[in-house]
Amino acid sequence: MNNTAVLLIGIGVLAVGTFSMRFAGPALRSRVEVPERAQQVLAAAAIVLLAALVATSALTDGHGPAGVARPAGVLVGGVLAWRKAPFVLVVVAAAATAAGLRLLGVP
Amino acid sequence: MRSIWRTLDPGLARDIGLVCLADGVVGVSYGAISVGGGLPLWVPVLLSVVVFAGASQFLFVGIVAAGGSPIAAMIAGLLVNSRHLAFGLALSDVIGRGWRRWPGSHVMTDENVAFAMGQDELEQRRAAYWAGGIGIFVCWNLGVVVGGLAGSVITDTDVFGLDAAFPAVLLALVLPALRDRSTRTAALVGVVVALAATPFLPAGLPVLLALAGLLFYRAGKPALEEVVR
Repeated sequence: MNNTAVLLIGIGVLAVGTFSMRFAGPALRSRVEVPERAQQVLAAAAIVLLAALVATSALTDGHGPAGVARPAGVLVGGVLAWRKAPFVLVVVAAAATAAGLRLLGVP
Repeated sequence: MRSIWRTLDPGLARDIGLVCLADGVVGVSYGAISVGGGLPLWVPVLLSVVVFAGASQFLFVGIVAAGGSPIAAMIAGLLVNSRHLAFGLALSDVIGRGWRRWPGSHVMTDENVAFAMGQDELEQRRAAYWAGGIGIFVCWNLGVVVGGLAGSVITDTDVFGLDAAFPAVLLALVLPALRDRSTRTAALVGVVVALAATPFLPAGLPVLLALAGLLFYRAGKPALEEVVR
């Protein structure tokens, strides 16, 4: 088996596996009625996952810490979001803070 | 489908547009990095269309370009994407029924899931999910092709601070849900678990372990309108 074939198998299985995981919820829901309490837990699960994603992508890079510029940018964005600033401002301020700090040589 | 655009409030549409644009720029860098790493253009492009999950795609091309096995890259990608299982369970009625479940499931990303979770009404959730999903799908794939063809135009989006913009996007979108005390406690425990696990476990697993935070979650009494529904 040549390299291209192995590569195609890798991509193919990743695609099918990823789609199956995404599709499992909608597929299940059209067959089974999910009780109210379970729906609340599932919604909380999605929020917990997103929060963990925020923390790991803001504070870590690979297996180590992410430096200073990125966490600082996310912090600025987070404070603005908490103060109910417009979404566009939150995003631009987070990016500008990180980019600005890097321009100044902060990692 | 037309009702999505009618339901979508202009402010929300603008916010989604901004995230689509940022995703497009990251797509350009992903395309450029992949081709720059020695992979043929079809690899990043095919991955983007059939897998359509940014973090797993970066991981996949990173492993393969470094000479790693595509099978190892596939397993790593599946691990990173496993959170989509929980997203699909939480948002199944937002994604829809019948044939819509197929394209609707495929366009699932962290961003449009967070946009949907941030809306109150089911109709708005649907509109945010679908507009975000389709918009990001189009921008991401266009970006990847442009980046792959143009090569080294943008390889490092960190210069623009985009690595800080994406966590900020998700944070801004989940903040309202964290006003609920029980959800907040579960999320905080989850964050601590994920951060503690990051140095030791492969990518994707720490975030999944955050679900342990749900042990601290207590579902509230169903709201009146929910009972009527």
